[in-house]
This record gives sequence, C-alpha cells and structure tokens, in this order.
Amino acid sequence: MSGIGRVLVAVYGVLALAAVGRSFVQIVSKFDQAPLAYSLSALAAVVYVLATIALVRAGRGWYRAAWATIGFEFTGVVVVGTLSVVFPELFPHDTVWSWFGRGYLFIPLVLPLLGMWWLAVHRPARHETDAA
Amino acid sequence: MIEWFTWVQVAVAVAAGLLCLGLGLAGRVPNDLALGALALVELLLLAQLVVAIAAPAFGNHASGSVLEFYTYVVGALLLPPAAAFWALLERNRWSTVVLGVAALAVAVMVYRMLQIWTVQQA
Repeated sequence: MSGIGRVLVAVYGVLALAAVGRSFVQIVSKFDQAPLAYSLSALAAVVYVLATIALVRAGRGWYRAAWATIGFEFTGVVVVGTLSVVFPELFPHDTVWSWFGRGYLFIPLVLPLLGMWWLAVHRPARHETDAA
Repeated sequence: MIEWFTWVQVAVAVAAGLLCLGLGLAGRVPNDLALGALALVELLLLAQLVVAIAAPAFGNHASGSVLEFYTYVVGALLLPPAAAFWALLERNRWSTVVLGVAALAVAVMVYRMLQIWTVQQA
C-alpha cells in the first residue's frame, strides 16, 4: 500500500474509529432499546476495522479479505440505506448505514466504491501471490 | 463547554486540515509547519478536555449523553498523534495529506461534541 492508497487507509481508519465509538456508546447506554440495530452497528464497526487492516497488509489472503470486507460494507450501506428510506419504521434508531450514511457525510457509501476501485487497479503481483 | 472556544477550535482544526491538504497536494513531505498545526489541534483538544471536566462544577452541564461526548473526546485525541506517528514513519506527500484528513476529522468531531453538549436532549 503506497501513494494515495495511504489516504484511503487513513479515511477508512477514521470511519472505523467513528463506527466503533458510536457502537460502543449504543451498546453501553441503550442496547436493550434496539438490540438488532445495535448488533448490526457493532458488526459494521468490526468489519470497518478489518477492512482497514486488510488494506494495509500485503499478500493475496489480505487482498481477498479486503474485497470481502469492502463488499460487505457496500452491500450493507445499499441494503440498509434502501430499507431505511423505504421502510423508515424498520430503523427507528440510527446506524452508520441509515439513509446511505447521511450522518457520516455519505462517506460510508462513497468509500467502498473508492476501495473497490483501488483493489481492482492494484492486484497483488505474481511474486507476492507466491509468497502469500 | 465554552461555545466561543469550541468554535475557535473548529476553525483552527479546519485551517490546519486545509493547510496540510494543500501542502501535501503540493508535494511537500510532512514538515514542522504541518506537524506544528497538528500539535496545536491536539493541544486545543486537551484544553477542551480540561474545560469539559471542569465545566459541570461551574453549572455548565452537557444537555446530551456524557458518555457519547467523552467517546468523541477520546477518539479525537487519538487522531493527531496517530497521523503524526504515521507522518514520521513514512515521509512522503501522502502522509502530509493524511495529517490534513486527521485534522478535518477532528473538526467534525469537535462540532459533534458541541451539538451533544448544547442542543442534544438526553
């Protein structure tokens, strides 16, 4: 990971921190109000952390892990985002992904796209593949 | 929380963020100016922490969740040192941009702290 990819990692790191922080507050202070939404928040936070780590590490295993975690995030933001718009009563409590991440300046929607673009143009080289 | 101080802090963090983004995109490796700007952002965060701890004793209470407030404080305090550590480890233009991203994230977080303190109902 080099060049502008470092900035991508930094933004992922900030988002991971935001998701972990919010999830921590939700679970400590009001978990019983919406166990499903807050469990989803916690899962999303863990996946953001994993995605950040996977982007930093080299090798084919981490490259696959990066695709899996970033794909999961993108699916999450699209599915939960759509549901929160169409059936707002399903998500009375905020999650990172409600309204396509509106509470986070839509970063949760844009970032996976940038991440997938980055992964697509930076496939691990053959020698890295053998080492991994 | 002291409102004017908080706004000054947001302005400083935004200025530091834009400065570092500018320096980074201009191709500069992290220099004293960029790291100094981040140090100032961190110093103001520490001052804010002291103010927040002292404020309730003077009848200035948070209207929102104190737990959420301090989660933001701790998160924001972590960012400048993490970005600076990275900048010292890997000296290239993009680590200067990362310093800028950290400062802008701090600006957003301080703004959220102000909202939690002043307008959010617990």
